[in-house]
Amino acid sequence: MSLFLFWVFAAMMLAFGAGVVLLRNPVSSAMCLVMSFLGLASLFFTLDAYFIGIIQILVYAGAVMVLFLFIIMLLDLKAERARKFNIPAMAGGIAVLAGFVGILYKVLASNAEYLHAKPAFTVPFTSDVKAVGAALFTQFNLPFQIIGVLLLVATIGVVVLSKKELK
Amino acid sequence: MEPTLAHYLAVSGLLFAIGLGGVLLRRNIIVIFMCLELMLSAANLSLVAFSRFHLVNGLPDYNGQVFVFFIITVAAAEVAVGLAIIVALYRARQTTHVEDLNSLKF
Repeated sequence: MSLFLFWVFAAMMLAFGAGVVLLRNPVSSAMCLVMSFLGLASLFFTLDAYFIGIIQILVYAGAVMVLFLFIIMLLDLKAERARKFNIPAMAGGIAVLAGFVGILYKVLASNAEYLHAKPAFTVPFTSDVKAVGAALFTQFNLPFQIIGVLLLVATIGVVVLSKKELK
Repeated sequence: MEPTLAHYLAVSGLLFAIGLGGVLLRRNIIVIFMCLELMLSAANLSLVAFSRFHLVNGLPDYNGQVFVFFIITVAAAEVAVGLAIIVALYRARQTTHVEDLNSLKF
């Protein structure tokens, strides 16, 4: 059952991910990306990472994709015209991809340690949010505050970039 | 039967390959940006899988999930700044097609 659900979510994620690359209209690409992220969030749930799954839906499928759609509609992008294929670039891209997938296969086939099922918890699993929060506010407190500064800088940077005239 | 670590890593690698293919093959700068997000998410999936399969004191290794949390935050900031740059670029050039943006090419 668990393997069946894994394949359903993985197929959803990969098929819509391929849709992002293959569809010509940017709005369809964005919609496919939302579905792909929902599949990915479901995979996070199968890994007992509920907090990360929810964050993935809220931040990616919610905020980030709204921003993408907003910009696509603001710029009024039309479906891409079919241009003549750049054959060397395309061949290069496909060669890089084939090499990457080949290396991935070799690495995964080389080590039998990857083929064990999920280890069962030895301690009762209560709250995932509590554990991530505890790690975030104790061990990773400094990076957490630096992230806050990063978000502030990004906000100011976006406001400056979006002004009509840069002085 | 249960999915193993190899299943998750293979799916995450394939998602990364799809994103990489999009960056290499597509010509619309916004779609390229979306494919970058796909690649970041693929990395997140393998990090969460490693965190679940490596138990510390009987529970998942939450350091991996905190790492994913930071990646998602930085990616959100990156999307905001990147889209602002794309809008500024569109104002200056009226195009989002990468082959029309070649003034830095020698």
